[in-house]
Amino acid sequence: MKTPALNEMYWLVKREFWEHRGGFLWAPVITGGVFLLLNLMGIIAGEVIGAQHGVHFLFSDRIHILDHALSADEVARAGALMDMVMYSTSFIISIVLGFVVFFYCLGALYDDRRDRSLLFWKSLPLSDSATVLSKVVAGTLLAPVIAVVCGVVTGIAMLLLFVVALSFHGVGAWHLLAYAHPFRVIANLIGTIPLYALWALPATGWLLLCSAWARSKPFLWAAVLPAAVGAMLSWFNLIGPRVGTGWYWSDVCGRILLSVFPGSWLSAGNYQNVSNGAALNVLNLGSAYSVMGTPGFWIGTVAGLALLGGAIWLRRWRDDN
Amino acid sequence: MNVVVASGLTKRYKNTAALDNASFRIEAGRIVGLIGPNGAGKTTALKAILGLTDFQGELSVLGLDPRKQRNKLMEQVCFIADVAVLPRWIRVSEAVDFVANTHPRFDRKKCEAFLARTKLTPDQRVKQMSKGMIVQLHLSLVMAIDARLLVLDEPTLGLDILYRKQFYQSLLEDYFDENKTIIVTTHQVEEVEHILTDLMFIRDGKIVLDADMDAVGERFAEVMVGADKAAAARALKPLDERQVFGKSIFLFDGVNRAQLEALGEIRRPSVSDLFVATMKGTYA
Repeated sequence: MKTPALNEMYWLVKREFWEHRGGFLWAPVITGGVFLLLNLMGIIAGEVIGAQHGVHFLFSDRIHILDHALSADEVARAGALMDMVMYSTSFIISIVLGFVVFFYCLGALYDDRRDRSLLFWKSLPLSDSATVLSKVVAGTLLAPVIAVVCGVVTGIAMLLLFVVALSFHGVGAWHLLAYAHPFRVIANLIGTIPLYALWALPATGWLLLCSAWARSKPFLWAAVLPAAVGAMLSWFNLIGPRVGTGWYWSDVCGRILLSVFPGSWLSAGNYQNVSNGAALNVLNLGSAYSVMGTPGFWIGTVAGLALLGGAIWLRRWRDDN
Repeated sequence: MNVVVASGLTKRYKNTAALDNASFRIEAGRIVGLIGPNGAGKTTALKAILGLTDFQGELSVLGLDPRKQRNKLMEQVCFIADVAVLPRWIRVSEAVDFVANTHPRFDRKKCEAFLARTKLTPDQRVKQMSKGMIVQLHLSLVMAIDARLLVLDEPTLGLDILYRKQFYQSLLEDYFDENKTIIVTTHQVEEVEHILTDLMFIRDGKIVLDADMDAVGERFAEVMVGADKAAAARALKPLDERQVFGKSIFLFDGVNRAQLEALGEIRRPSVSDLFVATMKGTYA
């Protein structure tokens, strides 16, 4: 009687969620909540100051666009504006997600060695490859899904907040909400997650490798080792043939440490050929996935898989004594 | 049938040998005490059996190679390595759910029945439990698994006497049968000696004694000798000699019973006395 692999993976990922509920669930929820609270405070401050000075600078110039029937162009712009709000809340939460995933990977194969609960997990008939893989799935698929949901819910709450604030001024903007595309936003963001998981592989692989290897202070190893290599390269540059170090810092160091931050592929200069017409188009799936056309993406993926292989090997054989 | 067959087991850590060409076999249906001083190689031997460390030599556990077939092996082998290795964040219900869904030989009903005898509640987290309660949870999980080999490494260290007694009593009454084998290491020899069927002493990575308890009773004898016969007793080359109330107690290995009866009253030595005598000079 063998536990089917998928069922096993489901429970392994569930275990990661139990252990890291704080980072995976509460961190994005709290970030969204704080963001909403700050906006609410901003609106109230605007209202109070506006009332004191007798001006409504918060909404004064936008009210006019609502006075007449909207043209198709204005509908599109209103929709884009509201989509932007939803993207931007997701963006803020995705920064938090980057930190969560970074430290999650760094601790995933280290914490249980430190508190010796490794000995309990190793007493169960679970393969080390499934265990390590479950941590990759939890960090780069499950956690981003939760973050996207939180981000979009926060975005919708933001829009509601603005509409309610407008309605206090006698401006009915409820009908405008119909022009937003929450499902398209969610689909775009969710659709980007597989890209994120692949893009982040060099970082998850490297961080998990350090996590499985370090006897203490995995963060120092993960960060100091690449920095030391960079310093060595710079030194070679000084005394020998100039190979440059820019490529190292962005294509090696950056990829193994920072690609856990969602959207970090956007900065990689991979999108020169995307027309700069509509900024939001860059978030569409087609253009997001065009990064897959770059060799750096695939070199990183292969390197990430190799690092993961190393992490699995260390998980199997590391003997702390 | 042999559950464990080891020959020429060797493991070095830098400059010390944790295992030095150790060979032994363990049969099914036995409770084996692996006893040795600190640093003698007990834990290393167990780690080798559980496939947690690499080593030289040959080792077969339930017919499998723990280095290559560890996943398959762990369906049939359970272990409690030290007290309190359960993850601190886990709840009782989560631990039961997880094991129930990942271990093919786990019986959830059994586990719940064991848990019902304790004060543990499903929502309780390990970090809120005392050491004794953590062991109760761990034991409930392990005893609900129909494994063929159970390895216990200092399972009762740091527990009070009530928990220690309960631990071994549960194992005997609710778990052990002729199809199961238990290997246990402990320093609290007095508490396990009446449940052991076999005794293994390990010293400096070597197995220095490997016998079943009946053989131990036949081979070793303790004799209380008056001062007048002490010289005669010493001539028989005792393993150990100690003084109690003006008399001497000698421990003999493999000396003829009739000869010993002439010297005084014969007793079966306790495992701890045997251990102390065998390990004399270990830390010197």
